[in-house]
Amino acid sequence: MNQWTNFTKGFIKENAVFVLLLGLCPTLAVTSSAINGMGMGLATTFVLVCSNMVVTLVKSFIPDKVRIPAFIVIIASFVTIVELVMQAYVPALFDTLGIFIPLIVVNCLVLGRAEGFASKQSFISSLIDGLGMGLGFTFALTLLGSVREMLGNGSIFDVKFTTGDAILVFILQPGAFIVLGYLIAIINKLRKTA
Amino acid sequence: MEYFGIIIGAIFVSNIVLAQFLGICPFLGVSGKVSTSVGMSGAVLFVMTLATLVTWLIYVYVLVPLGITFLQTISFILVIASLVQMVEIVLKKISPPLYQALGIFLPLITTNCAVLGVALLAQSKNLDLLQSIVFAVANAIGFALAMILFAGLREHLNLMQVPKGMRGVPIALVTAGILAMAFMGFAGMVK
Repeated sequence: MNQWTNFTKGFIKENAVFVLLLGLCPTLAVTSSAINGMGMGLATTFVLVCSNMVVTLVKSFIPDKVRIPAFIVIIASFVTIVELVMQAYVPALFDTLGIFIPLIVVNCLVLGRAEGFASKQSFISSLIDGLGMGLGFTFALTLLGSVREMLGNGSIFDVKFTTGDAILVFILQPGAFIVLGYLIAIINKLRKTA
Repeated sequence: MEYFGIIIGAIFVSNIVLAQFLGICPFLGVSGKVSTSVGMSGAVLFVMTLATLVTWLIYVYVLVPLGITFLQTISFILVIASLVQMVEIVLKKISPPLYQALGIFLPLITTNCAVLGVALLAQSKNLDLLQSIVFAVANAIGFALAMILFAGLREHLNLMQVPKGMRGVPIALVTAGILAMAFMGFAGMVK
């Protein structure tokens, strides 16, 4: 597999959210606006890239039996770093994302890539895989956030484009499920025709 | 009265799955049949209560006195992961039938964000020990309620004529959305 396909697979073909259905909790919870979705996506990307890198570097020292707890500790350390950095520099975003920042630890996407990819592949491949999957995840969250914000608030990235009333339910909880359901249906259709 | 508020709040008003979006993976993954979702709910009830109890004790008696509360995330997830392992070993020894019923769900629970989520939420709400336990049990019941309702709906969905593109996950998500809309009716019941 060349590195370019390795990088691009995360966007549509093996998109974490739309195709693999991994990491749905933060996906649904924080995407009430495009900017929140993007912030969450980038935080996850950082953790994913760093943990993939460290996992591939230490994989030969870790006994097979304790690899999952070891991976979790590696991931949790990076999540703590993200938590502290975000609290210091983007406190507003940190407050909106709230509990979902520490919950990146249990995002199945991160552990799934560490276990399924980084523990077997070379350093460069894992780095690119982490970056691709992470940005694909960010893309999915931003898309979902944009659609919800457009329908529910009449704006995109906080820029209002309509003055009338919007359909509030789309930025509330039910909207998350419904928009994601339709987006997955559309992506499935696109993947079949492509 | 204050416990009543916690219980109703956690089960209905801010239901852990449908309002807080925790534990979506098992909610979508093992909700194909009512019987499996009952098993999963049982396992969650068990682990969530124990995990909240243990993490509360660790937070108050270890992390706070040592001034290392920033290690909350790391220590909680380690505690939960080892707790799940221990529960598995103990159950296998003392109650094989219960192990048979819950066994296959236990490993899945480590990465169930609902368990870590409730432990963290109980902490951020500054609940005392008893309140935390009540909170955990109520959340687990809320999880079970959402899970079992949804499994029942999905069993019916299998018999329906669904448009081709919407079959499987998309229609399940839209159904969950409508269920969440129903739960919004409870909003404002408890302050």
